[in-house]
Amino acid sequence: MARSGIWNWLRANLLSSPANIALTLLCLIFLAWIIPPLVRFLLTDAVWSGSDRQACLASPDNPQPGACWAFVRVWSSYFIFGFYPLGQRWRVVLFFAALAFGVVWLLWLSAPRRDLGALYFFLALPVLSLILLSGLPAIGLINVPTTLWGGILVTIVVSTIGMVLSLPLGILLALGRRSRFPVVKTLSVAFIEFVRGVPLITVLFMASVMLPLFVPERFSPDKLVRALVGVAIFASANMAEVVRAGLSAIPRGQYEAANALGLSYWRTMALVVLPQALRVTLPNIVNTFVALFKDTTLVFVVGIFDFLRTIEAARGDPNWASPITSVTGYVFAALFYFVCCYGMSRYAQNVEMRLARRSGPRER
Amino acid sequence: MADIVQPPQRCAGSIRNLALQATLILLVAGLVAAAVHNAAQNLARANIAHGFGFWNNTAGFDISQTLIDYSSSTSTFGRAFWIGLLNTLLVSGLGIVFATVLGFIIGLARLSRNWLVARLAGGYVQLIRNVPLLLQILFWYNAVLKSLPELRSSIELPFGGYLNNRGLFLPRPEFGPGIDAVLIAFAVGIVAAVVMCVWAHRQRKRAGTQVRIVWPALGAIVGLPLFAFILVRFPLSFHNPNLGRFNVRGGLEILPEFAALLIALSIYTAAFIAEVVRAGVLAVSAGQIEAAQALGLRSRTTLRLVVVPQAMRVIIPPLTGQYLNLTKNSSLAVAIGYPDLVQVFTGSVLNITGQAVEVVAITMAVYLTISLFTSLLMNLYGRSVAIVER
Repeated sequence: MARSGIWNWLRANLLSSPANIALTLLCLIFLAWIIPPLVRFLLTDAVWSGSDRQACLASPDNPQPGACWAFVRVWSSYFIFGFYPLGQRWRVVLFFAALAFGVVWLLWLSAPRRDLGALYFFLALPVLSLILLSGLPAIGLINVPTTLWGGILVTIVVSTIGMVLSLPLGILLALGRRSRFPVVKTLSVAFIEFVRGVPLITVLFMASVMLPLFVPERFSPDKLVRALVGVAIFASANMAEVVRAGLSAIPRGQYEAANALGLSYWRTMALVVLPQALRVTLPNIVNTFVALFKDTTLVFVVGIFDFLRTIEAARGDPNWASPITSVTGYVFAALFYFVCCYGMSRYAQNVEMRLARRSGPRER
Repeated sequence: MADIVQPPQRCAGSIRNLALQATLILLVAGLVAAAVHNAAQNLARANIAHGFGFWNNTAGFDISQTLIDYSSSTSTFGRAFWIGLLNTLLVSGLGIVFATVLGFIIGLARLSRNWLVARLAGGYVQLIRNVPLLLQILFWYNAVLKSLPELRSSIELPFGGYLNNRGLFLPRPEFGPGIDAVLIAFAVGIVAAVVMCVWAHRQRKRAGTQVRIVWPALGAIVGLPLFAFILVRFPLSFHNPNLGRFNVRGGLEILPEFAALLIALSIYTAAFIAEVVRAGVLAVSAGQIEAAQALGLRSRTTLRLVVVPQAMRVIIPPLTGQYLNLTKNSSLAVAIGYPDLVQVFTGSVLNITGQAVEVVAITMAVYLTISLFTSLLMNLYGRSVAIVER
């Protein structure tokens, strides 16, 4: 019975016509051509330990060496912390833990008191992180200048701050764009269209070379802050468009009902419209976060040592430099970004399916 | 009665609203004024010129890929701007072509009834979409193209081309006199094909007869130039590149920076285009296809007359968005040193002149113009294909 089931499935999905059989064969050949060398390179022939590039070069034992994981192992703490002082790295670990706690609280849809979670994430966590990472001598945490931050720490900091700032700013801009005040509307539209019309790199350049010009010399912001401003500006304009799409999905009856109850504009928005709009667009918001997370790699260009930049730096180290080390570094980076982004987008899909199930019968 | 309907707080509200908007204007104006004031002071202190006077000064830096004449000793910053812009447009234009072809193939493959094909295409989309573009560009540049053999052990390609870590060197086509005739024949062929299409369309509307014009039209577009080409005795020759000891001379040089950027942009954008195409095809409801089949249309005719027109209506706006993204993403060239607008302008020119405000403003203005122009076109398109409801 089961066998005939498999046979039927094969016939329907892979072998339904001569053309299909040919396609299936082509795909199998492609897989046979690509998978064994990949497995060989990444796993069986890979070099797992060693202290310099010699370990990863061709030798009699290993005439065709695979990926140089030894390189990743040796440099892994640099990839995570950058030049963060060795004795202070527990602070970074604590920050990661606090962040993970907040993320789980917010994203786990049936977690208790998610409103408190939002407060924690958007108010408590930023303050806590600032104190932890940058230091507060008054309570015994020495100052660690941002020039020493690097690697995954910077990637996470930039993307998290981008997310935390872009959501409220994006909501304000989206509301502004739908405002009936011409001034508010024009300003919002101009800001959104301007930022969305130019590449992120130019926004980052603007933030990094023009921002110091626009403020008095004493307040000249540090390099990381400038990049953060650029990322936040870019992310909020994108977020505004996502939120706007959600707002326009709310039927007019909801506004009218809120008006009839005598709610003011802000109460209508905060109690009636936004909760529904944000729930509808949650998948899109998460997808915007995925894009933002990938985009943080661009801070590389304005001289911030994010994760990708640390890979580039380590790759160029004369002790390790070789084509295979480069490939390994990039594969490792790709793996990291893939796991993070794929995880987030899977979460978005799950939420979307849950929403579809919940609202399904009502829409029919 | 009318003034009873009007809620009384509306009036007070409108004054409050006006005041609110005025405050906002003042606030923004104040911020801008403060920024300008600070910028003027900071610039004066750093002794940096202002204004666009630098445009006509001699640039004095080299650019590795120039589509129009340029020399570092005589050309101006303005010339450098045009070179950067042309390089941006070149890589974006080619990227759009490749990404569209690849994206449509992958997108349709995702919808294939063959499970393996659909899965492979899905895997491609997931893998490419979830890895940052910059990483992919660096990978193609540093890990693939820069680890090709060195000059001395160049890979020899058929027809006299060479491939090494300095780029791809191909025979350069050189057009002789009489090539104009071929171009004119090509233009005539296109016009003839368009005329045939219009005539066939009218014929079908008037008499209901199907006129097959595919082959004659193709013949006009391909055959006429070919005929002219033979008639003026092959005005085309190839200049092969010469492999010297230290460099390659002559031939058509394709820089590894250009190739890496083009490959990465095409592959990355194709994954997004594939999703757009898939969504567009899925948006055509099954009822439409069933209705076409019920009318007795064959599957190819169904595709051509029912599915494609409706799918394209959904596909084209997001597709244009992807084209814009590709153009904007080509600015990542700066990471590997391909001389696009951003690299030439916010890189070299900014470093030499130090005029951050002007340089960044010009660069942004270019991208903004492209974006706004495209969205204008899209709005017009959207209006023209909007379904007219009875």
